[in-house]
Amino acid sequence: MDFNKELDARGLNCPLPILKTKKALGELASGQVLKVVSTDAGSVKDMEAFAKQTGNELLGSEPQGKEYVFFLKKK
Amino acid sequence: MSQKKLAIIATKGTLDMAYPPFILASTAAALDYEVQIFFTFYGLTLLRKDLSGVKISPLANPAMPMPVPMPVLVSALPGMESMATMMMKQKIKSKGVASIEDLRAACIESGVKFIGCEMTVDLFDFKREDFIDGIEYGGASTFFEFAGNTDICLFV
Repeated sequence: MDFNKELDARGLNCPLPILKTKKALGELASGQVLKVVSTDAGSVKDMEAFAKQTGNELLGSEPQGKEYVFFLKKK
Repeated sequence: MSQKKLAIIATKGTLDMAYPPFILASTAAALDYEVQIFFTFYGLTLLRKDLSGVKISPLANPAMPMPVPMPVLVSALPGMESMATMMMKQKIKSKGVASIEDLRAACIESGVKFIGCEMTVDLFDFKREDFIDGIEYGGASTFFEFAGNTDICLFV
């Protein structure tokens, strides 16, 4: 999937992946896509909730080995 | 959708209990909530510029996981509190959990409002210059002014 910015949240635990995602989205323009790579299993549910609450669309969420990759489109 | 609001009362000043208010507040702010934390009694110490005094004690905390079983009287020995605090901080770091300093900074950066309890400052003879800047000081009424219109209100 194409993306405009990548956030490396590997090794970070709750709530840091979400806090850093929020900050990274702030640096994007509306419609641009952020890729987030996390190793925190809890971030799967958290990212869904974050997308739902903030209105930034979660385009994709896929586990890759022990990592979780998310694509978020800024609203 | 109107902006959701969260109010938290933080009453405890130990390392473990410093986490819930700062984690919930910073996360709620990331979820576009408007957030206020009212710091009272020992919770107010979490607003000190220097957080090195924020510690954890194994005493009276039977649920605290220990590397080796530790009798209560051993936990009461001098230096055990500092040791437990040091071990906990190492654990926090190795697991990629944020420090209290980082979470507090994230709260401030995302616009979480901190209210310091004026009565507690007087009660314990705290000095305002020991606390970080940007705190509003007030009492219970100040808290209710915001808390009365929130979606979530927590006492920690």
